[in-house]
Amino acid sequence: MTVELDGLAPASPGAIADLAEAASRRNPLRDPRDRRIPRVAGPCVLVMFGVTGDLARKKLMPAVYDLANRGLLPPGFSFVGFARRDWQDEDFAQVTYQAVKEYARTPFRDSVWEQLSEGVRFVPGEFDDDEAFDRLAATVRDLDAERGTGGNYAFYLSIPPKAFPTVVQQLKRSGLSDSGGHGWRRVVIEKPFGHDLASARELNAIVDEVFPPGSVFRIDHYLGKETVQNILALRFANEMWEPIWNRGYVDHVQITMAEDIGIGGRAGYYDGIGAARDVIQNHLLQLLALTAMEEPVAFDADSLRMEKEKVLSAVTLPADLATGTARGQYAAGWQGGRQVQGFLQEDGIAPDSMTETYAALRLGVDTRRWAGVPFYLRAGKRLPRRMTEIALIFQRAPHLPFSVTDTEELGQNALVIRIQPDEGITVRFGSKVPGTAMEVRDVNMDFAYGASFTESSPEAYERLLLDVLIGDPPLFPRQQEVEAGWRILDPVEDFWAVHMKPEQYPAGSAGPASADALMARDGRAWRRL
Amino acid sequence: MTIDLTDTTTSAIHEALTQARRRMGGPTSGMVLTLIIVTDESEQYDAVRAANQAGREHPSRVLAVITRKPRAESRLDAEIRVGETGPGETIVLRMYGALGQHADSVVAPLLAPDVPVVTWWPDEAPPAPGSDPLGAVAQRRVTDAASSDTPRDMLVTLAKAYQPGDTDLSWTRSTPWRSLLAATLDQPHPELLSGEVLAERANPTADLIAAWLGLRLGIEVQRGESAGPGITDVSFETPDGRVMISRPDGRMATLSWPGHPERRVALHRRETADLIAEELRRLEPDEVYAETLRALAAGPGR
Repeated sequence: MTVELDGLAPASPGAIADLAEAASRRNPLRDPRDRRIPRVAGPCVLVMFGVTGDLARKKLMPAVYDLANRGLLPPGFSFVGFARRDWQDEDFAQVTYQAVKEYARTPFRDSVWEQLSEGVRFVPGEFDDDEAFDRLAATVRDLDAERGTGGNYAFYLSIPPKAFPTVVQQLKRSGLSDSGGHGWRRVVIEKPFGHDLASARELNAIVDEVFPPGSVFRIDHYLGKETVQNILALRFANEMWEPIWNRGYVDHVQITMAEDIGIGGRAGYYDGIGAARDVIQNHLLQLLALTAMEEPVAFDADSLRMEKEKVLSAVTLPADLATGTARGQYAAGWQGGRQVQGFLQEDGIAPDSMTETYAALRLGVDTRRWAGVPFYLRAGKRLPRRMTEIALIFQRAPHLPFSVTDTEELGQNALVIRIQPDEGITVRFGSKVPGTAMEVRDVNMDFAYGASFTESSPEAYERLLLDVLIGDPPLFPRQQEVEAGWRILDPVEDFWAVHMKPEQYPAGSAGPASADALMARDGRAWRRL
Repeated sequence: MTIDLTDTTTSAIHEALTQARRRMGGPTSGMVLTLIIVTDESEQYDAVRAANQAGREHPSRVLAVITRKPRAESRLDAEIRVGETGPGETIVLRMYGALGQHADSVVAPLLAPDVPVVTWWPDEAPPAPGSDPLGAVAQRRVTDAASSDTPRDMLVTLAKAYQPGDTDLSWTRSTPWRSLLAATLDQPHPELLSGEVLAERANPTADLIAAWLGLRLGIEVQRGESAGPGITDVSFETPDGRVMISRPDGRMATLSWPGHPERRVALHRRETADLIAEELRRLEPDEVYAETLRALAAGPGR
């Protein structure tokens, strides 16, 4: 099978799209009008590094199974694990089986598992062990012969960034990264993409040296494709929002990612990183970009990224970082009915750690559409509940033909895009309270995505994995976007490191007092968590 | 919450619905469509259950229309279920006597406002669904040829009466097979000379797949018989030998390709709820189905 694919290895996303188009032209069974037939990945091997991690067990392995269960993986699909464990193929298959049984979202079927397990392999070894990588290379080549995977390999690096250089170099040394024109190679890396601009560039240089940009997939699992597409559909498929989606009507925008959990077992990763680097640099700035960007000319990868990069380049920081930002650390307290310890008491955290678990920023977007409209971003741990949302708060009506007492309880209109936990849209507006007196009060109109209460809607990882295997990159952040994020955040981090200690806030509260003061100075308030 | 109304009217049903919603604490009406199920007492349980399962993906108002005792006095009984089986609402409507001939007069006022209507005949369907009063109100009409004793004849009948928006569950059942076939032919392959689809004798899905392959590939595709279950083989003759997907056990398919290792892939048969969920996912006319159905009707009978 490898021979027929000669010369078809795509070099860039554009080429991949062309290739897909060419394939559908060649395949008369594919018809754009036939919306029932899903795109199915071609024959390939998924090689996963870091299979012993939580993420692999809870998310990746189940996602692979769910894809197979939905019939989206090709016959012969193979799954290879690499880790420092003294395992045989069967042991790894057993681990995968357990993970699938426990965490898969679709019903367990023996037949699907049989199909998958036939292609499960395991290669034990250290990342710096040449011989182990040679064995890995031999294993995937055997799979090509045994299972007809066509020399197409995707490498999923679910490993700490410090192991990147070693693994990437090993892939190069063992010849695994070089398709030599036979099939494709793709590499998947997860956030964090560095911890500042310099390290992000360094990391990119390492990967870039071995894999061309078009075959590098940066997974920001949190921002699932479904969510991104929902936001895009809301904004650009409708007529009723666009006229008011600007400084003429919007007073300000609040983007929130609140978590109720603490750092749990992630002390090693989290200490020194903090809330801003962990989620603001990537998730919240992505959400800001999707909210603030202009309409892309088409929904292809390049147009979308161009608009996102454009708006990110227009983002400005507050003139005074001391009053325009806030950072905090959760202290011991009661959260969700349980007594929990403070951040500084967590295992693995230095008692004098300066890492923040709460961060808030006021950003501006210097464009004609948004000039003067502040975007408030906040992210934190051990807050009252888990919630991610984008809220557009509208200006008050310029004139109210009611008496002051009639509208005492009327707030500002709002459009809230809820992202987690129950994805949907809330519109808040004033309504008359039933009764004889004229009284206007805020009410909510709710829409929940039908998909949000179905077991069968694809999970973020599933869609991401499938896109990788198909070679469809549109919604993965490009290196330029990653760098744009760091360019915004780096000055804040530098300022914080020197001038601002994280302020303690009790676990289970809505964050530090300085964050509330930040809003109060602008005559605004955070939405209740 | 279940509310039984006997000898009732649509406005009483409306009122009961509103009250039920209030008592449930909130007018959650994020319904995306109305699904009319035209059925009978023996089929209604399974059909409504499947619709409710599909309702998890597509919150809908389900109207089950059951006609009983055509010679009795006209009467409408309703059973309203809210908040029990999922996000939507279910209303089972039992129509006695002459009212059974005018089911549309009961259904029309109960359609959820502003959202599309889908009519589904799980069992026996009218020969021309689009002209049926309960079909005419719908954007999409779902029949099931497999429920007929002579499914192929039924498909031919449906082809004659086809109107945009018609679809059949035997076509829905073909999706996994068609998807596997399309994925197979995504790969570089030798020229296909002819094809064959083997299945049980009365299997309208196999008839449709054969017609679809013939139409799209422009080759002759035979429809042969096997012992089943369901569809067992789809194969193509090529100059290099035979490319074949066989599924002898109804769950695991093997892809054999001359000069390549055999590959296995799970290819299971799906529950009605999955089929209905797929049908409800897209409500625009299925042109590929229309073309395939026409090709089948124009093709040689067995």
